Amino acid sequence: MALLSVQGISVAIGALCPLEGVTFDIDKGEILGLVGESGSGKSLTAMCVMGLLPRIGGTITKGSIAFDGRELIGLPEIELRRLRGKRIALISQNPMTSLDPIIRIGAQIDQVSILHLGLSATTAKARSLDLIAQLRIPEPEAIHRAYPHQLSGGMKQRIIIAMALAADPDLIVADEPTTALDVTIQAQIIQIMVELVRDRGLALMLITHDMGVVAQACDRVVVLYAGRVAEMNGIGEIFAEPKHPYTRELIRCIPRLGQEPGSLKGIPGVVPSIVDYPDGCRFNPRCSNAQALCRDEAPALEPKSSGLAACHFSEV
Amino acid sequence: MDASVPRDDSLVTMTDLTREFSSGGSLMKPRRTMRAVNNVSLDVPRGNVTGVVGESGCGKSTLARLVLRLLEATEGTVFFDGKNLATQSQAEMRKLRRQMQMVFQDPYSAIDPRYTIRRALLEPFQVQGEAKTAAEAKTTVEELISMVGLSTRMMDSFPHQLSGGQKQRVGIARALALRPSFLVLDEPTASLDVSIQAQIIDLLEALKEELGLTYLFISHDLSLVRYFCDRVVVMYLGRVVEILSGAETQPRHHYAHALLESNFEPDPTRRKIVTMLGGEIPSPFAKIPGCAFAARCPAASDMCKRERPPLSNLGDGQMVACHNPMD
Repeated sequence: MALLSVQGISVAIGALCPLEGVTFDIDKGEILGLVGESGSGKSLTAMCVMGLLPRIGGTITKGSIAFDGRELIGLPEIELRRLRGKRIALISQNPMTSLDPIIRIGAQIDQVSILHLGLSATTAKARSLDLIAQLRIPEPEAIHRAYPHQLSGGMKQRIIIAMALAADPDLIVADEPTTALDVTIQAQIIQIMVELVRDRGLALMLITHDMGVVAQACDRVVVLYAGRVAEMNGIGEIFAEPKHPYTRELIRCIPRLGQEPGSLKGIPGVVPSIVDYPDGCRFNPRCSNAQALCRDEAPALEPKSSGLAACHFSEV
Repeated sequence: MDASVPRDDSLVTMTDLTREFSSGGSLMKPRRTMRAVNNVSLDVPRGNVTGVVGESGCGKSTLARLVLRLLEATEGTVFFDGKNLATQSQAEMRKLRRQMQMVFQDPYSAIDPRYTIRRALLEPFQVQGEAKTAAEAKTTVEELISMVGLSTRMMDSFPHQLSGGQKQRVGIARALALRPSFLVLDEPTASLDVSIQAQIIDLLEALKEELGLTYLFISHDLSLVRYFCDRVVVMYLGRVVEILSGAETQPRHHYAHALLESNFEPDPTRRKIVTMLGGEIPSPFAKIPGCAFAARCPAASDMCKRERPPLSNLGDGQMVACHNPMD
C-alpha cells in the first residue's frame, strides 16, 4: 500500500475549479516529481495534501487523500495538526519568509522536536545541532545561535530542511524548494535532499517547474496541465517516450548541451487562464495533433504501454 | 587583451569598466564601498549574441546598465560604434539611444499599466520628438505588433489583459520601435514559463536574423546562454573570470566549471554527482587582492590569494582569468 494515495481530487475556490481529478501515489523511499507551468495546480495539490486548503478558502469537492491508510479529507483540525510537521512536513518555496526573523535559528528548529517528539530543551538542541551538521552547514553551534538575517538564502533553505526533518517525518512535501536560489546552491540542496531521502527511506513529493531538477532527482513524475494530470510515468519513460504531447513539448523547451541553433521552438499559444479553460482536452489549442474529438471531449487518465496519460491520440 | 582601441568588428567595446556603489557613511558607520563591476574589458562583435552569465550579485545587470549609460561608470569607458559614450552630451546621447535599446526582465513593470499597447509602442517616438500622423502611427504600431507575433487586435488592450509572454513581446516590440542596431536583453525570459521562454528565444533569434541586430544577453541560466549565444562571458563578483567561445567549449576556470556542473540536464541518464563548492560568495564589500574565487577554489594556491589573475588568451576566442586553469 502506498504511503500517500491521492485519488481523483477536485478543488473548488468560489466558482472556480482549479484542480480536477488529480490522482497519484507515493511509496516510502520514493521521490515523486510534480511538474507543470504556472497555474497548473502544483502548489494547490501540496496544500490539499497538507490539509491547508481551507486557509485559502478552498474545498475539496471530490476524491480522497489517504495517508498511511487513513483518510485525510474531513479529518478534524486537531488530528491534522498531529500529522503536520510530525509525519508530513512542508518545505516551502521562499526561505526568506519561512523563518521568524526575530527568533534565533536554533530555537526555531528545537521547537519542532519539543512539540512533536516531547523532547527536553537540551536533547532537542543536541538533535538540532546534529541535523544542522548533517546538512553540511559549517559551525553548527554558531548557526544555532544566529538570527535568520545573518544567513544567506542557501543556508536558510538548509535550515528549513533541518526543521522539516526535525520530527522524523515519513513524507516531505517540497514546493519549489530551490527556485529562489542560485544554480550552484540549487545543485547542492537537491543533492543533499536526495541523499537524505535515500538514507532515511523517506517519501518526497518534489514540486518543480524545472525538468532538469526532475531528471536529476525523481523516480516517478506527474505532469500537470491547467489543473489536470496530463501524464504520470516513471522517470526513464517520461523522458524517453512521453505519452502526452504536452510532456513531449515541455521537454523540448529546454535547451540541451550542443543543441542546434534555431531548433528551440517553444509551445505555441499561451498557458490557459482558469477563467477560460478550453473545452475538451485543455491542451488542444496548443497541440499540433489536436482533432475534433480533442475539442469536444476531455480525455480520461488511462493506462498506456507504460504509465498513465490523458490523451485521445497518444501514440503508444 | 588590448582593448583600449575599439576594434572595427565590434559594435560595443568596454574598457576597464568599473562601477562602485557605497553605503553607510552615517555618524555611527564608516562609509563602505563595493565594486559591482570591477575592471571589465569586453567586446561585443557586430551581428553576434554575446552572453553574460553569473549568479546573483555578480554584477551582470549593473554591466547591462553601464553599457547603455543608464548608469555612469566610476572608471573606464564604453565605445558604441566608435563613439565614447561618456563624452556625449545629453542631446547626443538621446540620438544615440535610438540605436541601443533594452528589454527588461520584468514585463509586468516595464510597461505603464495605464497605457494601451498602442500608446506604449508610440511612446519611444514621442520621447524622440518624432511627430507621426494618425495614419503613420497606425501602420507603425501594426508593423511592430506583427513583427513580434502578436495579433493587431491587441492594440487597444491594456497590459493587465495580456499574459506574461505577450507582455514581453510588447517589451521587445517597443525596444525595436526606433530600429536600433543593438539590444541589451536583461534576463528577458526569467519570469516566464519554460514553454513561453522557448517561444521568446525563438522570436529573438528570428528578429536578429531579419533585422541584423547585435545582442548582449544577460542571464543566470547557463544552458540557455550556451544555446543562444555565440560567446559566453562568465562573471563572478564583478569580474570576468572566463570567456567561452561556442557552445561546446569546455570551461577552464574552476568557477565556470562548477557553474556548468550545477546545471542539470533534462536527461535522467545523465545524472550528476555535484561537487560541493565550499563556503559562500564573499561579501562584495570585501577587498580581495587576488582571485575573487580563491577562497572556494579547489586549486587555489598562495599566489591566487595574493595576485589577481589577468584574463589571458587560450586561443580560439577562449579567455580565462586563472593562475591554475583546469586541463
